[in-house]
Amino acid sequence: MTKAAVRTEGLVRDFGTVRAVDRLSLEIPAGIIFGFLGPNGSGKTTTIRLLLGLLEPTEGRAEVLGFDTRTGGDAIRERCGALLEHAGLYERFSAEENLELYGRIWRLPATGRRARIGELLTHLGLWERRRERVGNWSRGMKQKLAVARALLHRPGLIFLDEPTAGLDPIAATALRDDLAALARREGVTVFLTTHNLVEAEKLCAQVGVIREGKLLAAGHPDELRARAGGPQAQVIGRGFSEGMLALLRARAEVAAATVQNGHLLIDLKGEAEIAPIVNLLVSSGAQVEEVRKGKASLEDVFLTLTGGEG
Amino acid sequence: MIADLRTMMWKEWNELLLQQGGVRSGLLPMLILPLGIMGVFLPWQMGRAWVESPLTPALWAWLPLMLTASLVADSFAGERERHTLETLLASRLPDRAILFGKMCAVVGYGWGLTLLSVLIGLVTVNLIYGRGELLLYSPPLTATIIALSLLGAWLSASAGVLVSLRAATVRQAQQVLMITIMLLLFGPVYGLQALPDAWRARLAGWLTAGGPAKPVIVVMALLTVIDLTLTVLAAARFQRARLTLS
Repeated sequence: MTKAAVRTEGLVRDFGTVRAVDRLSLEIPAGIIFGFLGPNGSGKTTTIRLLLGLLEPTEGRAEVLGFDTRTGGDAIRERCGALLEHAGLYERFSAEENLELYGRIWRLPATGRRARIGELLTHLGLWERRRERVGNWSRGMKQKLAVARALLHRPGLIFLDEPTAGLDPIAATALRDDLAALARREGVTVFLTTHNLVEAEKLCAQVGVIREGKLLAAGHPDELRARAGGPQAQVIGRGFSEGMLALLRARAEVAAATVQNGHLLIDLKGEAEIAPIVNLLVSSGAQVEEVRKGKASLEDVFLTLTGGEG
Repeated sequence: MIADLRTMMWKEWNELLLQQGGVRSGLLPMLILPLGIMGVFLPWQMGRAWVESPLTPALWAWLPLMLTASLVADSFAGERERHTLETLLASRLPDRAILFGKMCAVVGYGWGLTLLSVLIGLVTVNLIYGRGELLLYSPPLTATIIALSLLGAWLSASAGVLVSLRAATVRQAQQVLMITIMLLLFGPVYGLQALPDAWRARLAGWLTAGGPAKPVIVVMALLTVIDLTLTVLAAARFQRARLTLS
């Protein structure tokens, strides 16, 4: 059985009359990248604060690396790294000084500390600029440095709160690649909050979708896609009549058929073949120009679960 | 705990030096200006009275307060403004290391700079007015200066941290702190003046009855009680959850 890095049972956190986290029950195995997806204000950041022992739960309990968050906050923070809502870098310090500070905080021995700082800065392509003041850096570089800081003491688990938010696509891709490579190399469990679904799809072995503090679904991205429905076909062309739709809906392999923006969308059951359906359309008088068949994306799953709130 | 305190002090002092844009431009206002005024200009102006006047300890108790007021206001409010506080709170540092590390950095800076000013002042007075004679504070005066300047620095640190923990911005913290220090400095003076003449005479009689050391000891005891109370209040106020949400 895989050991859980994070386990929550009915976790609740209220702020006055607002319930930020609502009976959250999760189990995240050690050694994976877990994506926590949700719209803004859905409770992702509050969940991280609860898991780090920075906030007390109103009800329920949570365990991180085997420590209860109510009683073991110090032990949890000792073993975890975090990149929170803000990079949290000292902008008057250089990159090296920022890491030096956190190396001292985590009591890394002086020689090992210097080697580790060099290793991380080199890996992230920041070594040449290590003596520059961080305040003059781009947001992408600051985020990279904050990731290095989170990994500096070789934690068992790191929390990354929307690490690519506000980055341009190139910087986001670079950070994502670095993150994946570092997580693989260090064997660290990553708890990543994001509303970038491409990011979640590329990085995460498991995802959870949260909305208004409630966990709507959790599992491998493929499982979630399967739960959202089977494959879908999109037919581009003309002449899709109501009669034709009725014929399609009557077929055993078709779950649903609708016309949207002039395109015919067909939800298929299981691994149904599309060729007989196209034949039926053509023989019924439709003019078919193009047919696309694919799985539901994580974005479809997310939009279905969150009711289209991005 | 000691290593964590040292780490926090290292961070605070480095930030302080870099606050003006670099070590060189940071050093000028933080070190050279106070040392120039208190170590050279004033002793040069006052001559032998600089080491002989019994009122000198009052000056040395006041100096660390003035030196550290703006610095200590930044301690928590500044971290909050610059969005570094939550990351620090999410680290392994214990609450007390963060709180007392910041206070020790302020005390160390204010007290250290005051004692350095005392030494430079002595060198200045001896160079200009010594004429072959060694001018020094008397041993009781030396002990009083050392103790009062420490208590003054501690007062600034404890009051400042308490204010900074509650303030939304550095500016707000600085304003509240300046008002607090003024109240602490002038409150007793105006308070004494407001007393009926008979009470004031009785108090003066009681203070001078035990010799010249008694008023100094009473002031030091009062400052110690105030410093301890403010420190306990700051420790009670320091709560990770409250700071995380602030």
